[in-house]
Amino acid sequence: MPEWIVPALLTIITASTPLVFAAIGEIVVEKSGVLNLGIEGMMIVGAIFAFGVGVTTGSATLAILAGAIGGAAMAFLFGFLTLYLLSNQVATGLALTIFGLGFSALLGHGFVGKTFPGLPRLEIPFLSDIPFIGPLLFGHDILVYASVVAVALVTYMLTKTRTGLLIRAVGENHFAAHSIGYSVNKIRMACVLFGGAMAGLGGSYLSLAYTPLWVENMTAGRGWIALALVVFASWKAWRAFFGAYLFGGITIIQLHAQGFGVEIAPQFLAMLPYLATIVVLVLISSDSSRARLNAPACLGRSFHASG
Amino acid sequence: MLRLELRGEMSRSMIYWSPFFAVILTFIAGMIMFTILGVDPLKAIITFFIEPLNSLDGIAELFVKATPLVLIAIGLSFGFQANVWNIGAEGQLTIGALAGGGVALLFFNVDSPLLMPGMLIAGVLGGMAWAAIPAFLKTKFGTNEILTSLMLTYVGLLVLSYLIHGPWKDPEGQNFPESRLFHDAAIIPIILEETRLHFGWIIALFGVAIAWVVMTRHMIGFQIRVIGMAPMAASFAGFKEKHIIWLTLMISGGAAGLAGTIEVSGPVGQIIPVISPGYGFTAIIVAFLGRLHPVGCLFAGLLMALTYLGGDNAQIEMNLPNAVTGVFQGMLLFFLLASDVLVRYRVRFGAAKKVTAGEGA
Repeated sequence: MPEWIVPALLTIITASTPLVFAAIGEIVVEKSGVLNLGIEGMMIVGAIFAFGVGVTTGSATLAILAGAIGGAAMAFLFGFLTLYLLSNQVATGLALTIFGLGFSALLGHGFVGKTFPGLPRLEIPFLSDIPFIGPLLFGHDILVYASVVAVALVTYMLTKTRTGLLIRAVGENHFAAHSIGYSVNKIRMACVLFGGAMAGLGGSYLSLAYTPLWVENMTAGRGWIALALVVFASWKAWRAFFGAYLFGGITIIQLHAQGFGVEIAPQFLAMLPYLATIVVLVLISSDSSRARLNAPACLGRSFHASG
Repeated sequence: MLRLELRGEMSRSMIYWSPFFAVILTFIAGMIMFTILGVDPLKAIITFFIEPLNSLDGIAELFVKATPLVLIAIGLSFGFQANVWNIGAEGQLTIGALAGGGVALLFFNVDSPLLMPGMLIAGVLGGMAWAAIPAFLKTKFGTNEILTSLMLTYVGLLVLSYLIHGPWKDPEGQNFPESRLFHDAAIIPIILEETRLHFGWIIALFGVAIAWVVMTRHMIGFQIRVIGMAPMAASFAGFKEKHIIWLTLMISGGAAGLAGTIEVSGPVGQIIPVISPGYGFTAIIVAFLGRLHPVGCLFAGLLMALTYLGGDNAQIEMNLPNAVTGVFQGMLLFFLLASDVLVRYRVRFGAAKKVTAGEGA
C-alpha cells in the first residue's frame, strides 16, 4: 500500500468534518419546518469566535464552546426574525450570511496572521498504534469524534424519540401541532439554535483545526454546500454524513491532483466541489417524487396562530 | 405584552415607511457598534455617511458605485416578485464582464464606434448564458435555483481567475494576473469632466425607466406579480410558470452581465482579479430595500453605494476595517425584514385573545 494513502484519507476526514456538523444541524432545523439559508454566516461567525477565544485564552475547550455560542447567537437573530416577526425565511437567511461575513471580518481584523496550535489529538493507547486502522480511526481531535457521535444521536433522536416526533410533527403540519397544544415557535426556535450551534462547531473546526488560521471568507461556500447536502441526503442524518465525506473527498482530490501530475489548471480542479453539488442537486431533484416525499411539508412557511 | 394581529390587507403606507425605519434603526445600531469598538460614534457616522459626499468627486463616485447596484437590483426584482430567487448575480456579473471584456481584448486594435455597443451586448449575453443554467435546471428538473445560481458564482469567479492567470494575462504585464488595458474605444465615455462618472449611469437610469414600464404597464409585469402572489390563480389564468422562470432569470442575468461589462470598461479599464466588491450580493439588499420597485431600487442603490464609499473613507480616515460596510449592509437588511412585519401585521398591546393556550407572541 502506498504510504500517501493514510495521510490522504486523514485530510479527507478534516475536510469533511465541518460539512458534517453544518449539514446535521440544518437537517434538524429543516425537519422542524424552518429553512435557514444562513449556514454560511453562522459558520463564519463560529469560526472567528472560536479562533478569537482560542488565540486569546489558549484553551481549545473554550474556543470550541465559543464557536458553538457564536453560531447559536446568529441563529437566534434568524429565529427571532423569522419565527416571531414572521419575516421571509429566504431573505432572512441571505441577510444572515451577508451580515455574518461582514461581522466576522470586522471581529477578525485583529487576528489576521495569528496562529492557533490546533486541536490536541486524543490518542487511544494501543488502538492508535495499529497500522493503517489506528491512525485512521483513533487519534483524531475531539471535534471529529463529536461529529460522528452527533450523526448517531441526531438519527436516533429524530427517528426514535418523542422529541424527534415532536420536531417532525411541527415540520409536517404546524397547525395540527399547535391545535393539540404544542408551542410551534418554541420547538422551532430550539431547533434553529441547535442548527446554529452545529454550524458554529463546523466553522470552529475550520479555524481551529483545518487551517488553523483566520482568513476572511474562509468558509468559501461550505455553508451552501452543506445546504445542498441536506437535500442530497433527503433529510436523513446518516446519508448527510456520507454525502459530506463524498464532498470532502472531492475537495481533497482537487487539492492533490496536481501532485499526481494531472495537467489541468488548478482553477478547474477547484470548481469540482461546486460542480459536483450542482450535479447532485440535479440528480436528486429529477427524482421529484422522492424529494417531495421526504421534504417536511411546512418547510419555509412561517407560523402565526391566526393562520 | 405585545402581540401581532393580522391585518385585513397589506398596509400600503407601511410598505414605504419600513425602509425608513430600517435606515434609522441601522444608524442607531451602528452608533452602538462604534461605541463598543471604542470609536467616537458621531465622528464615525459623519466619516461614514457625510464626508464622502463633501465634494463633486465624491458625488460622482456615488453614482459610479450605484450604477451596477441599481442595474442588478432592478433585474433581480423581477425574479423576486415571481418567487424566483436568483442569488448568483455576482457570478453572472463576472461572466458578463468576461464576455464584454473578451470582446474588447479580441478586437484589441479595432478603433470603431461599434466596439462599445458590441461589448455591452456581449456582456448581456454572457450574464444571460450564466443565468440560463439555473433556468434550464429549474424548468427541466425542478432543481432549486438558489443553490445552483450560487454554486455557479464560485465557478464563475474561478473562470475569471483562470483566464487572467492564463490565456488573457497581459503579455507585457510583468506576470501580474491582469489583462491588457483596454483601448480607448473600449472605454465607456466620461460624462462629467474631472470625475469618474461615466455613461453607465445613464444606462442604469434607462434601465429604471424600462423596468418601470414593463413592471407596471405591461402584461409581463402583471403575470410576474400574479405568479409570485397567487401561483394557483396564475395557472388558472393560463400563465406559464416555466416561461416566467426563464424570463426573470434572463432579465436578472442580462442586467448583471451588463453591469459587469460596464464595470470593466468603465472605472477599471481592464480585467482584474476582483471585478466587483460583492455588488451581486449587495444588489439583493438593494432590491428588497427598494421594495422590488425600479424607482425604489434607484434610491436604495444610491444609499448602498454610500455604504461602500463610507467604508473606504472610514478605513482611510479612522483606520477602521472596511468590513464595516458589510456589517452595515447586513444590519440594514435585518432591520428592513423586521420592520416589514408591520406591513402584514399590526402591533397590539395587551394580552392575546384566549383562542388557544400556549402561543404568546
